[in-house]
Amino acid sequence: MKAVVHVFLKPGVLDVQGKAVEGALHGHGWTDVGNVRVGKVIEFELRDETATAARSRVEEMCVRLLANPVIEGWRVEIV
Amino acid sequence: MKAAVVVFPGSNCDRDCKVALERTTGAAVSMVWHMETELPAGLDLIVLPGGFAYGDYLRSGAMAALSPVMTEVRAAADRGVGVAGICNGFQILCEAGLLPGAMMRNVGLKYICKPVELEIVNQQTRFTAAYGGKRRAVMTLGNNDGNFFADDATLDQLEGEGQVVFRYVSNPNGSARDIAGIINSSGNVLGMMPHPDRAFEPELGSADGAMLFQSVLASV
Repeated sequence: MKAVVHVFLKPGVLDVQGKAVEGALHGHGWTDVGNVRVGKVIEFELRDETATAARSRVEEMCVRLLANPVIEGWRVEIV
Repeated sequence: MKAAVVVFPGSNCDRDCKVALERTTGAAVSMVWHMETELPAGLDLIVLPGGFAYGDYLRSGAMAALSPVMTEVRAAADRGVGVAGICNGFQILCEAGLLPGAMMRNVGLKYICKPVELEIVNQQTRFTAAYGGKRRAVMTLGNNDGNFFADDATLDQLEGEGQVVFRYVSNPNGSARDIAGIINSSGNVLGMMPHPDRAFEPELGSADGAMLFQSVLASV
């Protein structure tokens, strides 16, 4: 089984890297681009189990390590 | 005074902290590797030093916060032992939940390495009592992710409860409410981004960090 976790800054948290990327895109002529947010994707294999069980464990991994709940949100996909 | 400096893979200010503690307080200082599951007995202060624990991978301090030694550091903090997290150490304490808030990338996107002037906001903590009414201190910053963030309710609580210890006189990194250092609600766990371990002797440019270690000595 595979898990794919998307981690991103919560809306309303200043994303300075996103702003830098946005500025660079604007500088290259893509001036309509707005609200750039830069996040992370973390993928891994885990033991075979029900999707529900896997999701529950991966959610806990997100809370404990993969994301910082103070500033980040996340989305878990079990493949 | 008995102190321990925790060494994570990637810590680089551990020796500076040891030397600073020895020279300012005469403390007996042990270096404790992050995989240890026991701390020396009778500690008065545990220091989590600056550096790049785990290369700052994933998030600064995120993996270090799960190191085996942190179970003991947490237990010691719960017993009232003094804990000071400096720079990467502050990041680790926030990730470990021993202090509120989180560190983000500096708002100007640049690594900042310079002396900064701090306001000593709370003179009555275990870490600032020896400043003797001195309102300002100069210490050195060296970090990329020193932008302190917490939600408004947490910030209001920190300010209301006297948990803000140091503020930047001129905010270099976007930290909320100009916060440079905080303590927990019990007053025994301190986190600060500037380095007292780089400002403990005049030859270093400032000796204003010495009084922080001496405050802990006086509290022992």
